[in-house]
Amino acid sequence: MAAVARVKVRRPGTGRVIGDRFVGRALRIYLPLLVMLVVTLFPFYWMAITSFKSASELFDFSVSPLWVREPTLDWYRHLFTQTNFPRWAFNTAIVAIASTLISLFCSILAGYSLARLRYRGADTIGWGIFVTYLVPPTLLFLPLTFVIRELHLFNNLWALILTYPTFLIPFCTWMLMGFFKGIPRELEEAALVDGATRIQAMVRIAIPLALPGILAAALFAFTLSWNEFLYALIFMNDSLVKTIPVGVTQELIHGDEFFWGELMAAALLGSVPVAVLYSFFVDYFVAGMTAGAVKG
Amino acid sequence: MASVTYEHVTKKFSTDTTAVDDLSLEIRDTEFMVLVGPSGCGKSTALRMLAGLEDITAGEIKIDDQVVNEMPPRDRDVAMVFQSYALYPHMSVFDNMGFGLKMRGSTRSEITSRVKEAGRILRLDQLLARKPRQLSGGQRQRVAVGRAIVRQPRVFLLDEPLSNLDAMLRVQTRIELQKMHQRLGTTFIYVTHDQVEAMTMGDRIAVMKDGVLQQVAPPREIYDQPVNMYVAGFIGSPRMNFLPVTISDHKAKASGLELNLPKAPGVEHGVLGIRPEHFLPNVSDADAAIDLKVEVLEVLGSDQYLYGKVGSDDLIVRVDPQLKVDIGDRVRLGLDMQRLHLFDAGTEKALF
Repeated sequence: MAAVARVKVRRPGTGRVIGDRFVGRALRIYLPLLVMLVVTLFPFYWMAITSFKSASELFDFSVSPLWVREPTLDWYRHLFTQTNFPRWAFNTAIVAIASTLISLFCSILAGYSLARLRYRGADTIGWGIFVTYLVPPTLLFLPLTFVIRELHLFNNLWALILTYPTFLIPFCTWMLMGFFKGIPRELEEAALVDGATRIQAMVRIAIPLALPGILAAALFAFTLSWNEFLYALIFMNDSLVKTIPVGVTQELIHGDEFFWGELMAAALLGSVPVAVLYSFFVDYFVAGMTAGAVKG
Repeated sequence: MASVTYEHVTKKFSTDTTAVDDLSLEIRDTEFMVLVGPSGCGKSTALRMLAGLEDITAGEIKIDDQVVNEMPPRDRDVAMVFQSYALYPHMSVFDNMGFGLKMRGSTRSEITSRVKEAGRILRLDQLLARKPRQLSGGQRQRVAVGRAIVRQPRVFLLDEPLSNLDAMLRVQTRIELQKMHQRLGTTFIYVTHDQVEAMTMGDRIAVMKDGVLQQVAPPREIYDQPVNMYVAGFIGSPRMNFLPVTISDHKAKASGLELNLPKAPGVEHGVLGIRPEHFLPNVSDADAAIDLKVEVLEVLGSDQYLYGKVGSDDLIVRVDPQLKVDIGDRVRLGLDMQRLHLFDAGTEKALF
């Protein structure tokens, strides 16, 4: 009887087979995903719970460190009243927005020109930009320091607004070039024959269609400048002009003394804008607006 | 309304790729001119130079009597329908069709009335608010045509506008385009690789090959008097039979036939050209006859094609579908001497 029953449940379409399939799927897809999620999210979790722990709980090793017993907002209150954190957040926002806008403006023009216009040396310039991107900031900061000093821009937000584009523009240009190349050339040719100038064809046809790419580039540029550390560390010494990454690491760590509560609260707040932006625009990366443009 | 003149126009993409080689062609006002040839023959490049989308390496292009070589596309007052239609995907059908007028500074009310009028002609009235991706292939094609006609341009350029449509829609649209041409009374320049489209639509046909213009003539003349073997083989379906012959004085001798030519061509090696439809079922009153050994039969209902051999040469013949033939049969057919073509085997030029 048992043998018969077993034969029955193994038939395709019966519960057992579906069950097997589900287990197999879980093992092949969900288990690795879960492991990855745990690994990547754990630091964030640690950061979040630490920022809500009271001073006594932080150093109490007799209880599990994975949970908060008495959540408190003390560190946040402290961060906003006792440190320059609000100022750092404001500086970071100004620098990130300004350098992103400058970089986008230049990159849209450069990317479009390299993708569309035929002129002598276009390929070389394209490669040149790519190579520029490969030069590490750790090398570039030496000459840039000299430039910033000559311009008397130390401790001035302009120092960052002007230097961030040195790595943002190559990156965004390269990325947008690909996007512009993906837009069928005929669309702009049709616009040119229809009576548009080159600039009009770009503004009315190419840019709207490259919008997903432009938003993606904007997001990357914003994230890179928001998190940038090296230049901000070198060019900004006055506490009032620091950005979050520099302010947090310089002023919330004194020698070997770590203010863990404020550190974690600041780090959490610093990562919120980027996370919000990503969740808002994630669809834009996926949306292919050119569907239906060509072919019958 | 305008005439278009190509004067010794050459286009080189690099030193060793010549897309169009010394093209001279005059397209008359209100004419429907078809540029036909296989892909890569330079027909699209010729059209794109006229639209201003490609630079001209040498020569001149004139619209009416004005040289347009250096004129930007927007000032040429031509409209173009692209093979891919190139509809603006982020704009509605209405905005797609009105874009050209808007760029030229027409008023909102004028744009509305002209787009609506074109929409009515092309049966797009119900679709004006849609985006291109919500349309079928045939509807997209009509929007592309609509975008061209609302502008009321001097010259219409159409670059393989039917090749993305299925066979039935293609025939239907072909007829609609012809009606459109009659109604608008504007010069049309139409690029295609399809000889049927060329034959049915063109007032005149320009056959191109490897960037070189081969022949310009009305369809009838292209069919009856092709200037060389290339044109003879390109126009007509199935393609013309070519039989290599040796000629001595008036006599031409192929592997499976011998005939007297009406006049001495003065060459030793020639190629005899006979279209499949120009064989005669009755031999008695024909000047020459062949014995075809049938290898393959194709019965299409209206026609019957016999594929076989005469001597060692392959031959395709169209016969009456009622004629009872079997594979392996020997069929005796006459040659219509009036419709025979003879080409020089060396230069491939037509001798008669």
